[in-house]
Parts: sequence; structure tokens; C-alpha cells
Amino acid sequence: MRPRTFEGGIYLLGRKEATQNKPIEDIPLPPEVVIPLHQHVGPPCDPLVQKGDRVLAGQKIGDTDTFISAPIHASFSGEVKAIEPHPYFTGTEVLSVVVVPDGVQEEVRLEVPDQDKLTPDRVRSIVREAGIVGLSGTVFPTHVKLSPPKERPIDSVIINGCECEPYLTGDYRSMLESTESLIVGLKIILMTVGAKKGYFGIGVDKAEAIKRIEDLTAREQNIEVVPLDTKYPQGSERHLIKAILGREVPRDGVPMDIGVLVQNVATTIAITQAVREGKPLMERVLTVTGPGIKNPKNLKVKIGTLVKYLIERCGGFEGEPGKIIFGGVMRGEAQFSLDVPVVKGSQGIVVLPKEMAEISSPRPCVRCGRCVKVCPMSLIPTFIVTYVMEDKIDEANAAGVLECIECGACGLICPTEIPFIQYIRFAKNILLKERKT
Amino acid sequence: MWIILKAALSMAGLGLGLGIILGIAHKKFAVEVDPNVEKILNVLPGANCGACGYAGCEGAAEAIAKGEAPVEACVAGGHEIAEQVAHILGKDVQRKRKPTVSLVHCKGGKSKVSHRYRYDGIPSCSMAQQVASGPLMCTYGCLGFGDCVRACPFGALSLDGNSIPQVDVDKCTGCGLCAKTCPKDIISLVPKDVPVIVFCNSKDKPRIKRNICTVSCIGCKACEKVCEVDAVVVQNNLAVVNYEKCNGCGKCVGKCPRDCLNFLELKA
Repeated sequence: MRPRTFEGGIYLLGRKEATQNKPIEDIPLPPEVVIPLHQHVGPPCDPLVQKGDRVLAGQKIGDTDTFISAPIHASFSGEVKAIEPHPYFTGTEVLSVVVVPDGVQEEVRLEVPDQDKLTPDRVRSIVREAGIVGLSGTVFPTHVKLSPPKERPIDSVIINGCECEPYLTGDYRSMLESTESLIVGLKIILMTVGAKKGYFGIGVDKAEAIKRIEDLTAREQNIEVVPLDTKYPQGSERHLIKAILGREVPRDGVPMDIGVLVQNVATTIAITQAVREGKPLMERVLTVTGPGIKNPKNLKVKIGTLVKYLIERCGGFEGEPGKIIFGGVMRGEAQFSLDVPVVKGSQGIVVLPKEMAEISSPRPCVRCGRCVKVCPMSLIPTFIVTYVMEDKIDEANAAGVLECIECGACGLICPTEIPFIQYIRFAKNILLKERKT
Repeated sequence: MWIILKAALSMAGLGLGLGIILGIAHKKFAVEVDPNVEKILNVLPGANCGACGYAGCEGAAEAIAKGEAPVEACVAGGHEIAEQVAHILGKDVQRKRKPTVSLVHCKGGKSKVSHRYRYDGIPSCSMAQQVASGPLMCTYGCLGFGDCVRACPFGALSLDGNSIPQVDVDKCTGCGLCAKTCPKDIISLVPKDVPVIVFCNSKDKPRIKRNICTVSCIGCKACEKVCEVDAVVVQNNLAVVNYEKCNGCGKCVGKCPRDCLNFLELKA
């Protein structure tokens, strides 16, 4: 039987060979960590510590009163060296707490009740206090997702194990190495939102993970493992739901509107660790990889570790680096500094050598229609971009520019190398600003 | 022969008949146009720049004739055009607008400011601004892709060798379209008659500014001290000229150690 999938999209070379069989490694103590106070969707946190204070690993160092936000925790015990703006992976500066680890690694944990006394509300409050956000890069606070309003109940929960971006293998390794936590996490989520059925959506290229999870959930009536085609962007919420449940998320809506909750693998494991052990979110698994890295690895990294230490840990650059990308090559952000810290949403660091990072200048559209064929949102990217080029933002809006999920398939397939996503983001920014005012 | 004559006659007959119908329609269904609209339209510059807020010069002319817009509505035209428009309508010009000229408050450009990264994207300032505020170390400085040059309907701006837009003072009408386009907000309209300009827009700390740009205002206050009418003040690490007070004596110009406080070079 052909694995399930969605319409459109693009088959990419996985390029995961370099790291998919390497176990997740810990890294030694870095000389300092920089923990940004804004690592989630929502307003930034206010610092709860002062310069010179001693903090413990897992101690809350930033929080706000807003519902849509998540607190920030110290990842090492040590002294607060400074609270100052520091470069962030988006290219801007964000107020950050600089901690010099003392090497003792004295930890504080959250208070958790006995596992049989867990209630949905208790889980939500633990998840919030643990500062858990969507670890796939969306960084949407998880406790908000776990609190569906009464009139929109959730019946299905999907764990997203697609990892459809090339090079990245962090989720795959976690699925193999923390399978039990993953399944427990799904059960906790099912209990919290009161859903009947849980699904694992996993790409068929991760056969080993599919087998392991199938073996461990064979007796569970309400958990199903669904093998999915390894097409990009299969890991997008909408396309995952379409492939597994055949339901369509409304154009302006969210999965909650059709009774579905999607969680990423790393987030689910983090929920288990918080609810079972009271461990706040202060580390994550990420892949440091790409042809521009000497010794690619899967690493378990404390939040706030600077990228330069990770590169060092992986043997440094292979040749001259051309592009250093935070996240995946399709949707990530290129960096100009190695002094940026790892944050909750960092899935990986991909280094491309110079010859792979060359960009040739765009030529006029030849109207081949390939972008239309690959667009997973059934838009007509070439029309949208032509409108933006002509400064016709309203027409671009009518053509659906705001529905674009910025997967980048159109730009990749384009034979004339038109930078689709830059035009589309430009139009989206203007429209979203207008909508706010 | 007869065929040709028949054809010619029938065409002539048709032409005459339809002509008469058109003539009647012209009289009967005539749309009354305020004759002033056409007169005003002839006086206006005709660049359709839109700086007045109406859709082109015709829209502005209609609004002025109806009295919805003041006689000095045309921004690009300045005082002279306002007077002509006022003459057509038999009104007076209410307030006298000082002739202004647009100016780029940055001298940095590609050779004088250090870069953080190489920008490979779409060559446009507003596009580059989206990528971490542009490739320059100075996040306040001119990106030099010429969005303002393309926005100018009068051809008054051009990029110099250092990718900094230069204003042709004779062509500039002070319509302000370039200032609206600039994503860095470094273009402002300054009065033509008091030509002391600060060529820096950065509110960074002086220490940072000194390192990343050779022509930055470092807030040394040399200009503030020498000014006799308190027209130059350093605010947020940046010298600002108050054009209400400035008398254009130019004492400050010679004092600037960074060459970023200058006279506007008016072409003779």
C-alpha cells in the first residue's frame, strides 16, 4: 500500500545519512550561556533575577502574566553575569540573561503530584510552569494548545514525527532513544484534552522508528502509527491532518477548529519529563550537520549555549562555510554571527560550504507552472509574486498570499530562481501590519 | 462604377445619419464640467505624483475646484503654483509654504560603513530591511538600493558611486514621496533657505558609531557649543538642527570633526 500523503509538495533528498545512526550526545560545560527572555510566541518575559545573583539549574528566571507566553528557566547553576540585549538568531537583539556556570549543576525541579492523581488542569499548569513551547520551531506555548475551549472539543491527537526537512535527524533519534517517554507523553496529552484517539504520523524513511513505536503500542487500542510519504512539507500541521484524518483545516482556522491537536515529538517528550519528573524545559536535542561540518552530530544542548561551542564540538568547519543556517535548509534563518544562542525553537544548525551557498540572480518567469504544481496550499505563487513585484499588495492578498505557509517549495523548483519567499514575506508583513492598525 | 458609387453613397448616408444622432446626444446628454477644473489642471505640474493625497493631478484639480482641498493642496508645486491656482478661483493663498527639499541624512554608503553579512536577495531597500534590518553594521544607515530613486516622479534623485542618493535641488519639489518610501526613515524635508544639514541618523552609542562608520555623528557637542542661537542640540547621541531657530551662519559646519554637519550644496 502506498503511504498516505497530501496533494502538491516536493520530493527532496533526505541527506540524513550523516547523523541518522549517531546516538544523541551530551556536550561539556560551556564557559557561559546566554538565555534570551523571548523564546516563544507572545510578549517577552520580564527578568526575575538580577546581575550577581546565583541561579540554580531549572530556576525560573523570566516570566509574564500573559496567557499566551511561557516562562524561561536557567539551564545551568551559576552566577548571573549580565542582563543585556544580545544577538538573537533572527538578526535582532533580545534582552538576555548571561549565566556563567559554576560546574556544580545544582538543580531545582517543579513539584509534581503522584501520577494517578493527575488532572487535566494540573497537567496544564505543570506544562506552563515548565515553559514548554512547540519545539519544532513554531514556539507556540504548549499549555495554550492543551486548553481547548469547551465548544470546540478535541477528538484526535497527532504526534508529528515527519521531520521532513533535509539533514535534520534530532526527532528521529529521540523517537528511537526515548520511545517510552514519547508514548507516555501522548497518553498524558490524550488525558488532558479528553481525546479518544492518538496517532503517530511518521515518514516511511524512518522505518526503524515506525517499527519500534508499533511494537510498543501494539496493545493500545486508541493509538495508531500511520506511515507517511517522505514528501516536503509533510510535517506541516495542515498537511499532516489531511494525510492522516482526511480533514481539511479551514483557510483562516487552526487545527483546533476541526477537533485536532498536533504536537511535535520533542515537545511530547518534554511534556513527559515535566509531568513525570518535574523537569522544566532547559535543554533540547538538535542536529549540527551539513557538508560544511567536519563531524556532524546529534547533540543534547542546554538552552542558551552559543553556536560557536557546538561547531567546535563537532570538529569545526569543513572548508570555508558559505551559509550557517539555524533550523532546516528549507525554512531556517541564515546567520552572520556565531555568537547566537540555541533557543527552545532551534531544531538544528546546518552549515553549507561556499559552493553550495551561491545564489544566481533571478531571471524572468517562463510560466512553466511548476510552482503551481508543487504549492501544498494550492496557491498560484507566480501570480502572487508578480503582484508583489508590481507593488500591488491588495491583489496579492486577493490571490491568497496570507495563506502561504512559506515552505519554500516554489522557490526551490523554480527554473528561473525567482526568490518567491522574500517577495511573499514582504507582502505578508505589510498586510499583517495593516491588519493590526 | 455604379457599385463604387452605391457604396460611397451608402457610407456617406450612414455617416451623416449617425453624425446627426451623435450631435443630438452630445447636446442632450452633455456632462457639465466645471471649467475651473481644466484651468487648474493646466497649471498643476502634471506629474501625477500623488503627494497631495488625491489620485493624480486631475483628482486634485477636481477637489480644489469643489473647495474640498485648499488652493495650496499641490505639495510638489509649491508657493508659485498655489498662487496661480488661487488666481483662477479668485481666492487668496492662506499660508505660505516654505520651499523644501528632500535630503538623505546619511553619508555612509557601501564604502564607509562596515557590513555584517553579504546580502544576496532582491535589490530593494524595503526587501533588505526585512533581513535583520539590512546588511550594514549601522541599522540606521542608508541601504543604498535606491527605492527612493525609483519613487521620485521628478527624477531628482540619483545614486552616487558610494550608493548614497543625491538630490538635484533644482528638480526636487519637496513632495516627500521619497521620504515615505524609505524603510529607514532617513529622508526628511528641510527648508531650502537654511541649508545646514546633519548627515547622520544613527541613535547608537558614540563608541559603536565610531567603530562602524567613518562619517557618523559621535555626539561630541562641538556644534552645540559653537551655535549662538541654540539651534543645534545633541539628542539621543545625535545632533539635530532646529530649523525654526537656525540662521544659517554656518559656524557649526567648520567645527564638526566627523564631516557629517554640512551645508546643503545648492547648485547655482
